[in-house]
Amino acid sequence: MEIDFIIFNIPVIILEQGALAAGFLASLFYIRALDLRAYGEMIKDAAIVGAIAMVLFVPIVGLVLKDRSLVFQIERSLMLVGAVAVGRLHISGAVRARVGIRILWRLALVGISETFAFFFFPEPQRNLIVLVVLVVLAIVFALEALLRSGEKLDSIGSKIMGAWPAVISRAKGRQGYLMFFLVGLLVLLPFEPFINSENPFITDYHLGTLTQTLIYILLAMGLNIVVGLAGLLDLGFVAFYAVGAYGYALITLHLGEFGIGFWWALPITASLAAFAGCMLGFPVLRMHGDYLAIVTLGFGEIIRILLVNMIDFTNGPNGMSAPRPTLMGLEFTRRAKEGGVPLHEYFDIPYDATYRYVFIYLVALALALAAIFVFRRLREMPIGRAWEALREDETASKALGINHTTVKLSAFTLGAAFAGVGGVLFAANEGFISPSSFTFVESAIILSIVVLGGMGSITGVIIAAAILTLLPELFRDLQQYRMLGFGLAMVFIMIWRPGGLIKVRRRAFVRRDSARGASNPALGEAD
Amino acid sequence: MGPIVIVEKVSIRFGGLLALNEVSFQMEERHIQAIIGPNGAGKTTLFNCLTGFYKPTEGSIVLRRDGKSYHLTQPPMGSFRGNPAGWMGGFLRNLFTSNPIHRTALLGVSRTYQNIRLFAQMTGIENLLVAQHNSVNHKLLSGIFQTPGFLRSEKKALEKAWYWLEFMGLEDTANIEAGNLAYGLQRRLELARAMATSPRLICLDEPAAGLNRQEIEDLNRVIVNLRNEHKISVLLIEHHMGVVMNISDRVVVLDHGEVISEGTPAEVQKDPRVIKAYLGEEEEDAPPQSRREA
Ligand SMILES: Nc1ncnc2c1ncn2[C@@H]1O[C@H](COP(=O)(O)OP(=O)(O)O)[C@@H](O)[C@H]1O
Ligand SMILES: [Mg+2]
Repeated sequence: MEIDFIIFNIPVIILEQGALAAGFLASLFYIRALDLRAYGEMIKDAAIVGAIAMVLFVPIVGLVLKDRSLVFQIERSLMLVGAVAVGRLHISGAVRARVGIRILWRLALVGISETFAFFFFPEPQRNLIVLVVLVVLAIVFALEALLRSGEKLDSIGSKIMGAWPAVISRAKGRQGYLMFFLVGLLVLLPFEPFINSENPFITDYHLGTLTQTLIYILLAMGLNIVVGLAGLLDLGFVAFYAVGAYGYALITLHLGEFGIGFWWALPITASLAAFAGCMLGFPVLRMHGDYLAIVTLGFGEIIRILLVNMIDFTNGPNGMSAPRPTLMGLEFTRRAKEGGVPLHEYFDIPYDATYRYVFIYLVALALALAAIFVFRRLREMPIGRAWEALREDETASKALGINHTTVKLSAFTLGAAFAGVGGVLFAANEGFISPSSFTFVESAIILSIVVLGGMGSITGVIIAAAILTLLPELFRDLQQYRMLGFGLAMVFIMIWRPGGLIKVRRRAFVRRDSARGASNPALGEAD
Repeated sequence: MGPIVIVEKVSIRFGGLLALNEVSFQMEERHIQAIIGPNGAGKTTLFNCLTGFYKPTEGSIVLRRDGKSYHLTQPPMGSFRGNPAGWMGGFLRNLFTSNPIHRTALLGVSRTYQNIRLFAQMTGIENLLVAQHNSVNHKLLSGIFQTPGFLRSEKKALEKAWYWLEFMGLEDTANIEAGNLAYGLQRRLELARAMATSPRLICLDEPAAGLNRQEIEDLNRVIVNLRNEHKISVLLIEHHMGVVMNISDRVVVLDHGEVISEGTPAEVQKDPRVIKAYLGEEEEDAPPQSRREA
């Protein structure tokens, strides 16, 4: 065992043992806490989900190409099906159990997976698996925060540990489940090539494309603030995307020696883009509709032309290279730059370019989820309501004491910050950027995503982003008709669903009965 | 209790049209004061001057609040004279605070419109939450992470919104988009929204327009309740003389941009000039469109 692994393993082993013990305890509580009928339901649930998983997994994972012939390997797919069914059992059980037990159970899950890794994988890979489990758990926690919006939890303990099953069991029910499984699927998706290493279903190309889709979701969430909520038609959104991408390339180029890498560049560049958004906001404060559209269009072009012409600074039309992101200082290259350590050497595993794609994909997924989360919160916050009020009637909102200057500027600023993050991801994903990536067409695509998806909507925008970025990949041969396709899609959507694919459903407020009792002279109750 | 609004010699000219001509009157705090007059008399224009929508060509409007006077017709900050830093500061302050509509609203003046101006795609309760923008916690990070303070502030805002919705009998339509409400309900919602800003003075522009007799009676009860229970001064425009006469403490009569009479409802009703203005209108059968050219 090498030095590195000892350092890494000791806490993990302690965690494992502790978690196993906790898990054992939890299982006892778990079983006691539930009555028989609940058990029946749980098992039925798990069986149904397992059956669905069987149908899905057996053909995909079970069939393996070996020496030019298909071999049927049932064990592997059954293992997966088992995992899914057990997972479902866990969820439905946890929904029914109390918070404390849920926390123990969560710990047990860590322990079980660690032990699983311990028995089934050789030494070096084990560390990777442990790492992956921890990352997945971190994402699960993030997801909880996403699902938990608006919910009050009963204790600080449950707040820290989270309790997604409880959240799912709330009124949202199905939607919460669906979301959880979708996100879970997206998180696990990139690991498929490792499980199915002989004949991976998902290739680096797929991961790259999906990453780009996630970047578009991120961008669309930003533009959704400006266009969807605040109603400011912005045709130059790509400018902030460019600021993000070039900001990343320039910052890492000039400040790289001070240790400013991907993770530092992310907030710095987002702030840069936000600043650019604010600057654009000032001159257009008093503009509406067509005029605003034309000025923002011009702004987008100005930025692009600056990038082309400031050759000393941006290398002009030849573009710049942008560094790839690192994981806690570990690089994803075969051989590291001087001073760096490549990931595969650190973990003593063979080099595989896929790691990098998986990593960027996961980073993009996390940031896109964060963007969705922030957008969702914004929409329900005072500032979000003020944006919508401004869109509906600027004068009336001023007469309610809303400062239209700050409200408008904040829409431009926050929207641009999203675009800045998108730009950094784009640059890191591509490794190379040039002004030709930031033309008006790009603005048009992002705007189409928002308009087609439904202004202000989240689900609609995600669907539209997926359609508009994945379909062109499927029909690569028809590439020259791409814009035509967009145009047609726009026209049809405008005819068929003028509000976009999914019209925003307004948040419903429920009146608490205890607070009732206002006098009601209009209905004559006061008398 | 003293006056809350002092309007002095306010004139406003639109091109060749003198829409208001040296209009002066005062309004006592916690009074219901009606401004009546035929169509086109300049009532809405007067409201627009009072709430910062229009800047009078001449004259001054003073709002008194807690013993202090605020000139609604003058920009809030001094000049840009002095050092450049002061100029810059002045410029920025001007940019962020000098909008007269916004400023008047912050002084506690709230209004409704003759043509309803609700946030049509937002629900009734959302309209009322928007109105409380300045009293809720609108810090970005507290909202994104939903800090306890933020949640408390939202809860308070919601309670207030529900209060005013119930006050206006709108609790059952709280989650319906304002644009989809029936006309009478929209009128009521607009009043509820204006009240949600916690104003000192509320200006109602023809609140009874388009309402039936029963609805007008309800409205009168609401307005009296606002004055008596909620300690609010109500300035209201009416087109029809009889409708709100029995609830007003004072009445100002406008015609052709001039105050032709002022007093208690009884006094005003007896004033021959008022009778003439109204009879004249009825004879013409249409609101006078031609104005005295200046
Ligand atoms: N912004 C404006 N521009 C030009 N004329 C206006 C404007 N606002 C009001 N007026 C004119 O001022 C006169 C008074 O209108 P108004 O105050 O709306 O009357 P009312 O007493 O019926 O509310 C009308 O003749 C109207 O045409
Ligand atoms: Mg009018």
